[in-house]
Amino acid sequence: MTIRTSPSRTTTPARPRRSGDGDAADALVVPDGVVMPGRARPAGPLRREGPAKLTGEAKYADDLVFPGAWYGATIRSTDAHARFDGFDLDPALDWSKIAVVTAQDIPGDNVVSLISDDQPVLVPVGGEIQHHAEPLVLLAAADRDTLRRARHAVTVRTTALAPVFDPLASDHVFAHYEITAGDLEAGFADAELVLEGTYRVGHQEQLYIENNAMIAVPREDGGVAVHGSLQCPYYIHKAMKRSLRLTDAQAQVIQAETGGGFGGKEEYPSIVALHAALLALKAGKPVRMIYDRHEDLAATTKRHPAVVTHRTGFTRDGMLVAQDIEVVMDGGAYCTLTPVVLSRGALHSGGPYRCANVRIRARATRTNTPPNGAFRGFGAPQTEFAAEVQMGRAAEALKISPLDIRRRNLYRLGDETPTGQVLHESVAAEEVLERAAEAAEFEGVAARTSAARARRPGSGHVPGSALRTSRDRTASGIGVALAFHGAGFTGSGEVKLASVASLELDDTGRIRILTGSTEMGQGTKTIFPQLVAAELGLAVDDVDMAPQDTALVPDSGPTVASRTAMVVGGLLIQAARRLKARVEERNGGGAFADVRLADAAAYGPTRIDQQFEPYPHVHFDDATYRGDAYPAFGWAACVASVDVDLDSGEVTVRDVVAADDVGKVIHPILAEGQVEGGTLQAIGYATIEEIKLRDGRYLNDRLATYIIPTALDAPRIHTILVEAPYGGVPHGAKGIGELPMDVGAPAVVAAIHDAIGAWIHDLPASPERILAALGITPSVDQEPSPAEVDATVESPITAGTDPRPDARTDPQVMRGPRDPGEPR
Amino acid sequence: MSGFEATADAATWRFTVNGDQVEVVAPGMRRLLDVLREELALTGTKEGCGEGECGACTVLIDGAPVDSCLVPVCQVDGARIATVEGLAEPSPEGLVLDSLQQAFLEAGGAQCGICTPGMLMAARAYLDNGGGADEGAIREAIAGNLCRCTGYTKIVEAIAIAAGGRR
Repeated sequence: MTIRTSPSRTTTPARPRRSGDGDAADALVVPDGVVMPGRARPAGPLRREGPAKLTGEAKYADDLVFPGAWYGATIRSTDAHARFDGFDLDPALDWSKIAVVTAQDIPGDNVVSLISDDQPVLVPVGGEIQHHAEPLVLLAAADRDTLRRARHAVTVRTTALAPVFDPLASDHVFAHYEITAGDLEAGFADAELVLEGTYRVGHQEQLYIENNAMIAVPREDGGVAVHGSLQCPYYIHKAMKRSLRLTDAQAQVIQAETGGGFGGKEEYPSIVALHAALLALKAGKPVRMIYDRHEDLAATTKRHPAVVTHRTGFTRDGMLVAQDIEVVMDGGAYCTLTPVVLSRGALHSGGPYRCANVRIRARATRTNTPPNGAFRGFGAPQTEFAAEVQMGRAAEALKISPLDIRRRNLYRLGDETPTGQVLHESVAAEEVLERAAEAAEFEGVAARTSAARARRPGSGHVPGSALRTSRDRTASGIGVALAFHGAGFTGSGEVKLASVASLELDDTGRIRILTGSTEMGQGTKTIFPQLVAAELGLAVDDVDMAPQDTALVPDSGPTVASRTAMVVGGLLIQAARRLKARVEERNGGGAFADVRLADAAAYGPTRIDQQFEPYPHVHFDDATYRGDAYPAFGWAACVASVDVDLDSGEVTVRDVVAADDVGKVIHPILAEGQVEGGTLQAIGYATIEEIKLRDGRYLNDRLATYIIPTALDAPRIHTILVEAPYGGVPHGAKGIGELPMDVGAPAVVAAIHDAIGAWIHDLPASPERILAALGITPSVDQEPSPAEVDATVESPITAGTDPRPDARTDPQVMRGPRDPGEPR
Repeated sequence: MSGFEATADAATWRFTVNGDQVEVVAPGMRRLLDVLREELALTGTKEGCGEGECGACTVLIDGAPVDSCLVPVCQVDGARIATVEGLAEPSPEGLVLDSLQQAFLEAGGAQCGICTPGMLMAARAYLDNGGGADEGAIREAIAGNLCRCTGYTKIVEAIAIAAGGRR
C-alpha cells in the first residue's frame, strides 16, 4: 500500500521535518554532561506506521483473516480457591464438531514459563484452582454460535477450599528483600520530627483499548505460528517451546499491530497464545482467541495493590535522617513477574532523596485473586506515591514549603543510594523540579491557594457544612511531586538478557533493522530508523524495519522497562557504526551514503549482529542487593492544579506541568506523547481508577464500571523535556515510558491537600474518600482539626505520627472479601 | 456477536458505506460493527468494549457519530454510513490523507492507533458540523472516545489544526 500525505497546509505551525525532505535525520550529539531543558527542536520524522493506522489499513489481530479459522473460548473457574474435581459435557450437544482441550492435551510442561513454574497453562483435573478467573478447559468451534452453545454445555465440578484475600495475612511469600544503609537507630536519634504513615493503593488496569488477542495457525512442520497483540515475542516463543514441545523453528510468533500494552501485554499473551495453539493443534485449524473486554478485565493482570508504611526522621530544618519503609505487595494467585515488580518498588521506595540511614523491607505475598503483573512503572508508582505524600506531610509539619523540603533532600551528583550506588552522572532531580515549578508558577499559585484556604470559614470541621460556603463551591489547590525511575532492567537483568539487535545492508543497498522490539504506539518503528539513518547519514526512508516475527528477527529482549530507546536503540547505533566502518573501509574510505549501492553490488548483503555488553562501571550483586541497581535514573517532576467540588467531593485536575529528564530526546513529539499519556494514566490512578473485589472476584470488570479519564477529565498537560544524557549508551537516552507514571498521583494528592487541608492516604482520591476527609461522611468522630494536628507536631517535634489516623476512609484492608460492594 | 444472531431470520439490508451502495443479507439484530468488519471486510472500525463505552467503533450514520457496536443493522436500512476507510482520497499513487488525518499524523494524535478510527470519525462529525478550534468544544466532541495512549493532548491539538486554528 502506498499512502501519500497531502500537501503541506499553511495552517500547520512548524511543519515537522519529514524524511525525504532532502536532508538526513538530525544527527544525535550528546552534549558533554550538560543538562538541557526546553523543547525547541525539530519535530522528527512522521510516525512510520501512522498512515496505515489513520486510514484503517493497519491490521490488528482481530482484523487478520485466516480462511477456515475456528473460534476459541476459555472455560474459567468461578471459585477463588478450590479443587478442580472434573467437568461434564452435556450429552445433548454434538461434541464431534467441537475441540475440547484440557491439561491432558498439553504435550510439554503444563507451566506458563516465566520466573517461577507455579502457573499452569490449564488446571488439571484433581489440581488446585487458585483464583477466580483461572483457565480450566478450552473450546473451539467453527462458528461462534456453536461455540456459545458449547460454553453453556460445560459444567465444572469443584470442591471449595479456604481462600486468602488479605496480602498482609498471607503466609505464602513470593519474594522479599531487605535493603539497609547506615544506622537506622542513630538516624532516628538525630531526628527532630518522626513521621509515620500508611498508604494503600489498589489494582489498576492497563486498559489498552485493544483487548488481548491471538490467532494460532498450525504449521506444516507440526509446529504453530501465532499472530497476536503482544509486547514480547520471545517470551511467548519460549513458553510455546516448553509447553508444546516445539523446536525454535516450529514455534513462530508474529506480532500483529498492537493496540496498546502498558505492561498488560508483557506476560499474559503467553497464556492466550498457548491456549490458541493447543486448540489449533487439536482442531487442525487456525483458531482465533480474541478476548472481549469483560474477559480481558476479569482475567488478565493488573497493577499490584500495595500497603506501604513509612517511619521517617527529619531534622527541624527538613533534612531527611532516617527512613524505615515497609512495602507489602499483593501478587495475586501466581508469581508471574512479582519478584521483579517488588524489587523495583523497593528500590524506588525512598523516593529521589538522599538519606544516610535507611531500612527498606519489602515482601510480596500470594492471595486467591487473579495474578498481578506488569504495568507501566512496575512497582515504582505504588512506592513513590507513598514516599511523596510522606514528604509533603513532613513539609507541612515542619512548615517548610513543599519545594524547599525537596530541594534540601533531592539527589545530586555524587550522592549514594541505599544500595550503595553512587550517582556519578545524569542526575537531574533539581533541574526537573525547578523547571516544573517555574513553568507552573508554583510558589505564587501556592501562596494564593493557601491564603484562600486560610480565609475559608469553617475549614472542614463542622459536619455537614465542611468547607462549603455560599461563595465557595469549589476549592483550588496546587501540588508538586518528584520522582525517579531506574532506566532499563533492574540489577543484572540486562546482562542476563544479552539482547541482540541486527542491521542489514541488503543487496539492493537498502538498510533493514532486525529487532524483536515491538511497536505498540510508543514509536519504536519511528525512532529506530531515525537513529540508524542519523548514524549512517541516510534519509529515514532508506531504512526499513523487519516485521516482529521470531522467524526473522533476533531476541532483542522484551519491550518493557523503558528499555527500547535506551538499550536496543543503543545497540542499533553501535551496529550502524560497525556497518558504516566496514563498508567505508572496503570502499576506499568513501562516505557510507555514497558507497552503499556499490558496496551492495560488489559484496552482496552485509549483516551486523550487535549483542549487549555490560555498561561500564555498572555492578550489582543480586544476592546482597548492593551496587548499581540501574545504569542510570530518569527524573520527573509534576505540578498539578486541581479543583475540589466541596459538595460532591469530585476532583477535577485542571492543569499539569510535567518536566521529565529522558537523557536525550530522540523524537520530541513522540517523547511528549509518552509524557502526556503516562501523566493521564497517573491521574486516573490518582482520582478515578479503582477495582472493587468480592470473594476474590473483580466486581467492576466491564468498561461501564471500570472507568478511565475521557478528554473532558483530562487536564491540559504542559510537557518540559529535560536532557541529562547517560554516557553508557552512545546516544545518551535513558527511557521515558514509565517515568511520568511515577509522579502524577502524588502531585494530585498534594494538590488536593492544598485545596482542602486533608491528606488522602489511599488511592484513588475518590469523592467518597474526599468527603470523609472533609468530615461530611462518617469517620468524623475523632477527626482532629487541622489546628490540632499542627499543634501535635509543633512543639517539641520529636514524636509526630500519622496526623490523621482516623481520616482513613477505606476501612477495608486494601481489598474486600466482605466488601459490601457498590451498586452496579 | 449479537445474541440474536442465531435465531433471527436473515433479511436483506440496503445502505451506503462511504458513498458505495451495499446490500447485506444478515439477521436484523446483527451489530452494524460486525456487518462492517465481517460482511464488508471494513476492519478499520474497531471493537474496544462492545458496550458503547470506548467509542473505538464510532462510525457516522447520516453524519452523526454513533457506536456501531450498539446499532443493529436493521436500524441503518436506507442510511448513509461513513467509516474511517472513506476519509482518505484514492489517487493513482495511493491514498491521500484528508486534512484531519494529516493533522493527526503531524501532531502525534495517533499512538497505538486502535482508538484512532473512531476518534477520527467523531472529530470528522464535529468538523463537518462547523466545529472550530475551541479546546473545550473539541474535548466535548470526543468525550465519548477513550484513548489510553495520548492523554488526549495531541488529539485535541490535531483537531484544532484541522479546524483551521492554532493552539
